[in-house]
Amino acid sequence: MCGIVGLFLKDKSLEPQLGAMLSDMLVIMTDRGPDSAGIAIYGAPSDGRAKLTVQSAKPATDFAGLEALLKPADASVTVELKSTHAVIETATTQASAVRDLLAQERPDIRVMGTGDSVEIYKEVGLPKDVVSRFGIREMGGTHGIGHTRMATESAVTTLGAHPFSTGADQCLVHNGSLSNHNNLRRELVREGMTFETQNDSEVAAAYLTAEMAKGKDLGQALTGALDDLDGFFTFVVGTKSGFGVVRDPIACKPAVMAETDQYIAFGSEYRALVNLPGIEGARVWEPEPATVYFWDHEKAA
Amino acid sequence: MRTFDLATTPLRDLNSALHSIAPGANDTNFEVVNPRGSHSVAVGIDQPVTVEVHGSVGYYCAGMNDGGIVTVHGSAGPGVAENMMSGTVVIEGDASQYAGATGRGGLLVIKGNAASRCGISMKGIDIVVQGNIGHMSAFMGQSGHLVVLGDAGDALGDSLYEAKLFVRGEVKSLGADCIRKEMKPKHLKLLAELLEKAGITGIKPGEFKRYGSARTLYNFNIDNADAY
Repeated sequence: MCGIVGLFLKDKSLEPQLGAMLSDMLVIMTDRGPDSAGIAIYGAPSDGRAKLTVQSAKPATDFAGLEALLKPADASVTVELKSTHAVIETATTQASAVRDLLAQERPDIRVMGTGDSVEIYKEVGLPKDVVSRFGIREMGGTHGIGHTRMATESAVTTLGAHPFSTGADQCLVHNGSLSNHNNLRRELVREGMTFETQNDSEVAAAYLTAEMAKGKDLGQALTGALDDLDGFFTFVVGTKSGFGVVRDPIACKPAVMAETDQYIAFGSEYRALVNLPGIEGARVWEPEPATVYFWDHEKAA
Repeated sequence: MRTFDLATTPLRDLNSALHSIAPGANDTNFEVVNPRGSHSVAVGIDQPVTVEVHGSVGYYCAGMNDGGIVTVHGSAGPGVAENMMSGTVVIEGDASQYAGATGRGGLLVIKGNAASRCGISMKGIDIVVQGNIGHMSAFMGQSGHLVVLGDAGDALGDSLYEAKLFVRGEVKSLGADCIRKEMKPKHLKLLAELLEKAGITGIKPGEFKRYGSARTLYNFNIDNADAY
């Protein structure tokens, strides 16, 4: 099964509540998949700063003295600890130096996501536990996606949890199963992509990253996915300013969308949307198969 | 009239109450508020009860209905009225995938649109959709009637047996072994009865086209291997 949710805010006054709204949506979807859960939240990018969300199985040792350790790469670096995750903020110009130093000094730390605005939190366990241990409800932002997983294609591990992020400020959640992910992974590896898991959804994320690296926008990359990915999928994806949804041509994985003047929302089921403000008057619809839905803050502005 | 508020009352209480109606009982009117997309609302009814649901429901609402009259003043999730035996289910809004699947009898009226696989494997149910229906609708339909006032998506009536399909709008494509058939006077009469039963006025049966099985895939024939 798996449950996925997404929320793209149009009304800035809702931004402080993004984490709380997204958490509610995801917790309601718990019975679609109890194995692991994750959320990606896009905050407002701050000029010249980059974010690195990292995770460790041994946070007490891996995160000890981390800020001081990274200072040689960037004197302005900050580290915010959140349970098994930490958000490292650095000057954009020093981001790769910080990452290199991190890999060298603390090789067991895993990078969950990078970019100007995205933070990604995911762990094994129920959505209610995941959102509370990372304080997701208190977080604001412009848009975000979430996933509660029923594992089918790979192991129940933190790395096997969604969202998958394979490019800066990009991430994807997936309900379904792909049948050509092994072939596609080989092709993407030849193109220079690297993979952390055997998960089919990571291949979908990497495919979109590779296509966007060739100059496509998210909408174009999702259109290409309809030709190049085989299997069942409902994808919800985020970029720095964009939010997209696509279902395969068979479209047997459920999806409901709602739009008001304030937001665009996605849920695997209507239950996920019932607490959103003004849902009674929203335009609610089921996304068509093989049809790309795509919104962008920069294009709307 | 008994009212169940699903914001405060477990769904099981509603369904138990519906299942404990004795034959011939008088107190058979139910109202459901705050369904908030709940699954399995009013499933397994086997007495002529009336259920008014105010709001949208999730999966399998009114599944296996046998004799009840269920109205959803909202939209319905996947599998509404799945395997209905008899009675009436009315959805005021839209319905998700496989509405009326495998239904053996009764009437399902969807006032909005229905998504994919509407009436899949239908076995005697009558389904009237006032809006559009999605792809693969009436797939392997065995008997009963599917009436669509709007358009139909891809592969309508794929591998159809004896269900009769009437579509007023455009059909995007027909599935294997489904063909357009002549609308004879008996079909116009049948369609007029179905529209009347669904409470639809001002629409003429002559505006519809009829589709049914070409009956070439009933028995395996090696010459048709590509069509299966």
